[in-house]
Amino acid sequence: MNILVVLVPCSLVLGLGALVAFIWTIRSRQYEDMEGDAARVLLDEDA
Amino acid sequence: MSVTACPGCATAPVGGQNTSLEVPTHHLVLPGIHCAGCISAVETTLLKEPAIRAARVNLTKRRVSIVSDVGLDPTPWIAELSRAGFEAYEAGAVEERQGDDLMLPLGVAGFAMMNVMLLSVAVWSGAVDSTRDFLHWISAAIALPATAFSAQPFFRHAWSALRVGRLNMDVPISLAIILACGMSVYEVQHSGPHAWFDAALTLTFFLLIGRVLDQRLRRRARSAADDLAALEPARVMRIEGQTKISRPVAEIAVGDRLWVTAGGRVPVDAILESGAAEVDCSFLTGESDPVTRHAGDALCAGEVMLTGPSTLRATAVGEDTTLRRIAQLVATAETSRGAFRSLADKAAAAYTPVVHIVSAAAFLGWLIATGDLRMAVNVAIATLIITCPCAMGLAVPAVAVAATSQLYRRGLLLTSDTALERMADVDMVVFDKTGTLTERRLTVPDDLCPEARSVLRALSEASDHPLCRGVSRGLLDVSPAPLSDIREVLGEGVHAVWQHRRVFLGRRTPEDATVVLRVDGAETVLPAMETLVPSAKEAVAALRALGLKTAMLTGDTAENAHRMARDVGIDRVWAGERADAKLEIIESLKAEGQRVLMVGDGLNDQAAISAADISIAPGSALDATRKAADIIIVSGDMTQIAPAIRTSRLACHRMRQNFRIATWYNVIAVPIAVLGFATPLAASIAMSTSSVTVVVNALRGFKR
Repeated sequence: MNILVVLVPCSLVLGLGALVAFIWTIRSRQYEDMEGDAARVLLDEDA
Repeated sequence: MSVTACPGCATAPVGGQNTSLEVPTHHLVLPGIHCAGCISAVETTLLKEPAIRAARVNLTKRRVSIVSDVGLDPTPWIAELSRAGFEAYEAGAVEERQGDDLMLPLGVAGFAMMNVMLLSVAVWSGAVDSTRDFLHWISAAIALPATAFSAQPFFRHAWSALRVGRLNMDVPISLAIILACGMSVYEVQHSGPHAWFDAALTLTFFLLIGRVLDQRLRRRARSAADDLAALEPARVMRIEGQTKISRPVAEIAVGDRLWVTAGGRVPVDAILESGAAEVDCSFLTGESDPVTRHAGDALCAGEVMLTGPSTLRATAVGEDTTLRRIAQLVATAETSRGAFRSLADKAAAAYTPVVHIVSAAAFLGWLIATGDLRMAVNVAIATLIITCPCAMGLAVPAVAVAATSQLYRRGLLLTSDTALERMADVDMVVFDKTGTLTERRLTVPDDLCPEARSVLRALSEASDHPLCRGVSRGLLDVSPAPLSDIREVLGEGVHAVWQHRRVFLGRRTPEDATVVLRVDGAETVLPAMETLVPSAKEAVAALRALGLKTAMLTGDTAENAHRMARDVGIDRVWAGERADAKLEIIESLKAEGQRVLMVGDGLNDQAAISAADISIAPGSALDATRKAADIIIVSGDMTQIAPAIRTSRLACHRMRQNFRIATWYNVIAVPIAVLGFATPLAASIAMSTSSVTVVVNALRGFKR
């Protein structure tokens, strides 16, 4: 069971990382226009 | 290069990228955009304007935010967009997002839940003694701060209800979360086998999903209201010295001189300064015949100038205009509707006491039977968590979001959050005739010779008069005759020369409003007829197919009304009714037990619109009327009513079904919890499955 001492912090760090990433998505307004972002994928960016 | 088969954009899009951190200065509403091609075409068009530094389309909100100079007049941009094929309106200042406040709690609850769940799985699969305690302590370290942060919306609502001595859904929710966390900490301190951290977090997470959906719905309704405000003429040309400058209506003061072109709506109460003008007052009177006004006559805000351009002098602005005063008078009729209780409210009222009573009973029962306080508290928590309205909280918002999104894509804006449920119950649809089912058009006599037809088309195309536009639409099969010396005379008509002959289209004499076509003295009368909109028959037939009764309510003569009603297939007709009589008819129908859907666009219908169980107005209706209506059909296409009713019926059916599903879960799970067999594992399974079932069921059948 000693392996838990390594694995539990590991999972916590990963979870925390995901949470930080999520907060970043909110901060950078990625939920403002989901339909629009889905459509923008289709546009050429080289213009 | 055409990206998608979107009808909204025939223009070939070129990618326009512009991510700007500057604060937008202007917002335009674009009701007609659908796809990537539209986004790109709009942005490219706008970026060609030298004054615009950045433009970004929001497809979800159908808006574009523009970064330019503050106070700049956006009218030329709107014209440029309309040349590119996009309808655009200037939107008022948009409140900057106070929106995503629930997203962060949702995210925190979600990630905490997943981590604690992982640790719980280890406990459930057989961790014992110090390992179990270790895992429990880590869970506590995650769960306590996470719930303290994420569950705040529930605590706040529960507290505000308790303070005034009421119970709402949030009370048992908060109780469950707090008790579960508190008891779990106690259990873990005493090396107990069960901790409810995962349950508390799952509860918070699922309920927050419901809240987020609910919030989206309300935000969509609010942005619909903003869009409606944008349909109104926000600007008017003010004569300042020798120049005409476009100004927001709010800046107009009494005494200002205004310039209104043909087809423009009178922005404020005013008097006509000079000449004569034809005015469409149908919004106020329901009367479709235009009225002639002379210099010095008063004009009401909301009237449409049919001839023009004219110079007006403002006499009353803002809240003092006749339009606003009438609107305020009829607003009192609206109170009758406040009594409507939504399905969710009814369910909550029935459900909340049950949750409390059952868990209190379980607690007392176990306390008396065993005398073990710790056991009794544990059972009470299990009961509270399992009965908690997890699925209930999701049952309604998930369906409502799916249904309103579908309606939104069809061009229907819901401005009230109970509109969906009220629409599902409707059994009678009452139309106001003018503006919804009919339009006033000049008819071309069948015996008119081909030469005269081509002259007529050319003459009608030379004029901006709305009646003329109807004529040329009816003559698309003939080619216009070549005319010279075209000259439009205000209050008369269009004069021109064709093959050295004088031709004229307009009023017979200044006093006689009959429209005539004159070719070298030979006169043909063009009778003005109220004709049915092409889609009216289809719209009514679709409603009848749904088993709804239809009726027509009009100020027009009985003969006309009955003929029209027969043509479209409407059952009941009330003709020659004034606005207050319309209100009485709606009231008496409601007294008969009918659920009335009122469709109308005029101010004369507004009392009736406010009194009906639910009301629909076209996007072209007056601002005040649109505010009184629950649903706006932006395009004014009445064929959308029947599918909208079908969607709302499906939505209510799904809501009830979801409540039944949630109830069945409880019927099975509650006895298990009360009898003390429920473990945290069982609670988690019951909660998650019921929530997921309800959401999946909600999304079924609403096609995009």
